[in-house]
Amino acid sequence: MESILKAEPSKSLTPSGKGGIRKASVWGRLKEQRLLYVLMLPALIVTLLFSYVPMFGLYMAFINYSPGGGSFFGQFFTTEFVGLEWFNYFFTNGDFYRVMRNTLAQSFLSLLFGFPMPIILALMINELRNGWFKKTFQTVSYMPHFISWVIAANIIITVLSSEGVLNNILTGIGLIDEPIQFMQKGPLFWWIIAISNTWKDMGFNAIMYLAAISAINPELYEVAKVDGASRLKQILHITLPSIKPTIIILAILAVGGILNAGFDQQFLLQNNTVLQYSEVIDTYTYKYGLQNGMFSYGAAVGLFKSVVAFILVLSVNTMAKKMNEQSLF
Amino acid sequence: MIKSKNDFLFMSGVYLFIIAVFIVTFYPFWNIFIISLNSAEDTLRGNLYLWPRDFSIASYKQILSDSEIWTAIKVTVLRTLIGTPLAVVVISMLAFSLSKKELVGNRFWSLYFVFTMYFGGGLIPYYMVLKSLHLIDNFMVFILPSMMNVFYMIIVRTFMQQLPQELDESAKIDGANYMQIFFKIILPLTTPVLATIGMFTAIMHWNSWFDSYVFTYSSDLKTLQAVLVKILNQYQTGAMVGDAQQLADASKRMAVSPDTIRMAATMVATLPILMVYPFLQKYFVKGMTLGAVKS
Repeated sequence: MESILKAEPSKSLTPSGKGGIRKASVWGRLKEQRLLYVLMLPALIVTLLFSYVPMFGLYMAFINYSPGGGSFFGQFFTTEFVGLEWFNYFFTNGDFYRVMRNTLAQSFLSLLFGFPMPIILALMINELRNGWFKKTFQTVSYMPHFISWVIAANIIITVLSSEGVLNNILTGIGLIDEPIQFMQKGPLFWWIIAISNTWKDMGFNAIMYLAAISAINPELYEVAKVDGASRLKQILHITLPSIKPTIIILAILAVGGILNAGFDQQFLLQNNTVLQYSEVIDTYTYKYGLQNGMFSYGAAVGLFKSVVAFILVLSVNTMAKKMNEQSLF
Repeated sequence: MIKSKNDFLFMSGVYLFIIAVFIVTFYPFWNIFIISLNSAEDTLRGNLYLWPRDFSIASYKQILSDSEIWTAIKVTVLRTLIGTPLAVVVISMLAFSLSKKELVGNRFWSLYFVFTMYFGGGLIPYYMVLKSLHLIDNFMVFILPSMMNVFYMIIVRTFMQQLPQELDESAKIDGANYMQIFFKIILPLTTPVLATIGMFTAIMHWNSWFDSYVFTYSSDLKTLQAVLVKILNQYQTGAMVGDAQQLADASKRMAVSPDTIRMAATMVATLPILMVYPFLQKYFVKGMTLGAVKS
């Protein structure tokens, strides 16, 4: 209650500026708003500790950090500065090519399947009559999105195993004689990741397009019906053009995330026989940085990824903004 | 509705597609469900498609008699119950402050938070910071970092900005301070969107394995999903010796095998999610589309 009494006079006493606009000094406003800052404080501290302090910690990529050499931040001043040596090591030791190839290939294939599928799915769902079937279908289609990759990996490995249901069916209908070891074939791993990603998220990602479709003016369809347009024609000439801006923006954003090929999927689905094809930047960072104890090297690889991803996202966001303005005016 | 032959063909295609997607999405879940309920010996014969052939709950009995699983369930439930409300409160308090245009430094603070969506220190420095804060092998490592999520904050802030401004102006005239306006007026009106982010946060807590797998060592800090990763790893390395061993196991006429155990553990970790989420659907659909509008 005391704070109300204090806050009130400071407000009424604030000097009126020219033209009658009440404008207090910054200090006065800060004082008046101190409760807003109190409300912000927990989030501010959490973000500082777990987002900004690690960013400063990236300095470890330029030194020779050793786990036994004293406190983490203390070593910033006591340990030898090695400049770009760790980056140099990454670009020249041969892993760079393999890791980047895997990352880009898995991202690209995931986009190839994962991008059009939600659009097609949304268009098809939109054609269904409202009723229990549509509802049940939508509920089921979101299902894989809400399970963890641990569970998804367990499911995928089981279905694809040599005694799994897919091999059972393929041998059952006589397509193959011997079960295929899907999870043991290197090049197949990229496709498995792409299809798994699509399987997990297509239903959920369709929501965005369904929202865009529901915003279309129903009169357009009425007119088309009077003109005798078939359902397919209505999709091609009304629905698709109407959701084109959404499609373009989501496509641009997807390209911005191309270096985020994932971590969970690869880490959980991979095994030693497919490592040449499964390793992406994030699993590589984990393996060298934490498992093998090359902390500074891991940090350097992580920093390389963060910087390139940041530049990518920034440039595509600017593009998306420009496209957005164009479609609005 | 369907007038022409073309439309009939088209709709047949639509239903065919939808049913195919339905099967591809749903069947894998059903497949592991029936394997988990089938005896191990019979499962090895393969060709298990629709129903358990040799019904057995031995796998469930075995994993539920394991104290490791019960510890994991306890840790998972605890982190979800403690972590979710804390995150919702912290995020909504921040959203309220940033929804106020008069806040001094609003643009700076918005940038401060949004920047972390696009740039981060990466795993290794993050691990080092957790270590410096003594959060490694500490239950709080599950709670503290997940108290903040910028994307959810933007969803809540957008929702708050759409509330009528007169509400808190009249409250201010009545002498209420920001704290009172937030807790008494804004928070109750924001419940639908808080339910959305709360549900997403709860599911995130239930599903997370990495923090438990990498940032904790003690067995009494392993979450359900982390235990499942361990089981999965054993299977992955076992797959090499695999078939011979499995045949040997089968000849011993065992009711459970590493495989059926893995399936049963997967079901135990999945079922709670599958049972809860259909009821919460309307919230997340709302939240998704709301977030999409602004971001």
